[in-house]
Amino acid sequence: MTVLRLGLWSLRLSPRGVATAAGMIVVGVAVSLVALSTGEFTVPIPDIVASVFGQGTPAAELIVGRLRAPRVVTGLLVGAAFGLSGAILQSLTRNPLGSPDFLGFTAGASTGGIIAVVTGGTAWQIAGGSLLGCVASAVLVYALAFRNGVQSYRLILVGIGVGAVLVSVDWYLLTRANIHDAASAGTWITGSLSGRGWEHAVPVACALVALLPVCALVSRPLRMMEMGDEAAKAAGIGVEKVRATAIIVGVLLCGVATAAAGPVIFVALAAPQLARRLSRSPGVTMASSALMGAVLLVTADLAAQRVFAPVQLPVGIMTAALGGTYLVFMLRKERR
Amino acid sequence: MRLYGSGLTLSYDQRVVATELDVTIPDGSFTVIIGPNACGKSTTLRALARMLKPRAGAVHLDGSVITSLPSKEVARRLGLLPQTSIVPDGITVADLVGRGRYPHQRLMRQWSKQDEVAVASAMEATGVTDLAERCVDELSGGQRQRVWLAMALAQETSILLLDEPTTFLDIAHQIEVLDLCADLHEQGRTLVAVLHDLNQACRYATHLIVMREGRIVAEGDPVEIVTAELVREVFDLRCEIIQDPQSGTPMIIPESRRRSRTPA
Repeated sequence: MTVLRLGLWSLRLSPRGVATAAGMIVVGVAVSLVALSTGEFTVPIPDIVASVFGQGTPAAELIVGRLRAPRVVTGLLVGAAFGLSGAILQSLTRNPLGSPDFLGFTAGASTGGIIAVVTGGTAWQIAGGSLLGCVASAVLVYALAFRNGVQSYRLILVGIGVGAVLVSVDWYLLTRANIHDAASAGTWITGSLSGRGWEHAVPVACALVALLPVCALVSRPLRMMEMGDEAAKAAGIGVEKVRATAIIVGVLLCGVATAAAGPVIFVALAAPQLARRLSRSPGVTMASSALMGAVLLVTADLAAQRVFAPVQLPVGIMTAALGGTYLVFMLRKERR
Repeated sequence: MRLYGSGLTLSYDQRVVATELDVTIPDGSFTVIIGPNACGKSTTLRALARMLKPRAGAVHLDGSVITSLPSKEVARRLGLLPQTSIVPDGITVADLVGRGRYPHQRLMRQWSKQDEVAVASAMEATGVTDLAERCVDELSGGQRQRVWLAMALAQETSILLLDEPTTFLDIAHQIEVLDLCADLHEQGRTLVAVLHDLNQACRYATHLIVMREGRIVAEGDPVEIVTAELVREVFDLRCEIIQDPQSGTPMIIPESRRRSRTPA
């Protein structure tokens, strides 16, 4: 641990954590530039930089500014939101499986979104439906798991159960929908960044700006609560207040991210664990989980666009394949 | 008295553990609470540590009702070693002990010079300095308990409550932890511990609180209060009391209905 001091202020950072964060930023920027530059038309990187400062050619302006940039930015923001949501909920449940994917929150968001899609909703209604679905499923899972407080294994089991029921609701809705709606719902449900514009990026950015300070405030109390409620209370932490705040923030981040990109699975589950192993930190940490989520999602989206080109896959397929493989690999390596 | 509870009614949900309980911790004492299973000893300690909100009555710390004080402020005066805590994955000894400094820190003041000194001296006092960079998961039960104790010490409180600190430890480690507690008491801290072993309680306590069914049956210096009658009344156990050859404190020799093995 290294300590930075400035007068009465001090920050405590682990050198490996800082190096990992820097590495993730470098990878994130590099992948983003590749995603902005390559594709059907190649835009050289100097032209991208020029168009960022409003000096670009009209073609670069259109391709980068209107088509590629919003997609990359949405990917970065959604990935960060999923990573943060996963970190908060895993820390709270003291369980690597305690991510929104397993707690049924992502499933709730899917069902909400699908209801909006099959009833012919607009993009805004789909986003609203998934946000509402996420919050509603979180309330439902908590209510069902509550028995003199909530134990994390109960929460996860109830979440898996509720998630399974919601998936069957999704399929029921898809069989009742007309073929056109069913097809667009099918793409939405795997999670996709294709055709994302600034109107998708801006709400996620606003949500992150509003929720990041709250994340910073609860991050140290949450770390203490990983040692048990009594240990945290003994250190002077208002455990109930912190828990309620953290749940609300975790659910909102998941809901907002799903509203923008659909239920991209696995980022919230894998990002905190991958970040923790790379930075060798005790327990999950928020900043590195957010960075890892962002890197994971833009990388997966780039792969989804290029690997099987000209076929474009939804990013959700890639995150599941990429994140899943990497996590299994890491766990196996750790066992030895 | 800095720490006392008056008129406490303590309960978990519907089950009432104690009513009208008055309990006082003498300043500068090493108080040990003892009694049969389910007598309310851990419950009482948890109430004193503000882990459990009394249904009636109140716990007072330094003249104020404990729940009326800011929680972090209480944590700078009164520490607790819970019965069980969870070791975060892959945390080192130094990091875990450092977490005891939480009540002294803020978001923008995460690690002062004072924090560093407190952690070093807590590790020194508990003899875990050499383990500082080791992972807590790799340690033995006894070492681990010393690390938790170091974390509670790093909090630098003048009152320290310990909920069954010797449970899960073998006899050598039990003595090691209790000796350490006695050292901490000697350095001027007030200690309150819940223990199971009567002989250990008599040996280490300067003030003994004996409980049964949510009431305090006897309290005071163990040398003065521990008698065969008291043990029979509280534990339903017939026994003989002799003097501990090591410490001179009362030592309980239980009677058994089985015949003695030595030929008469």
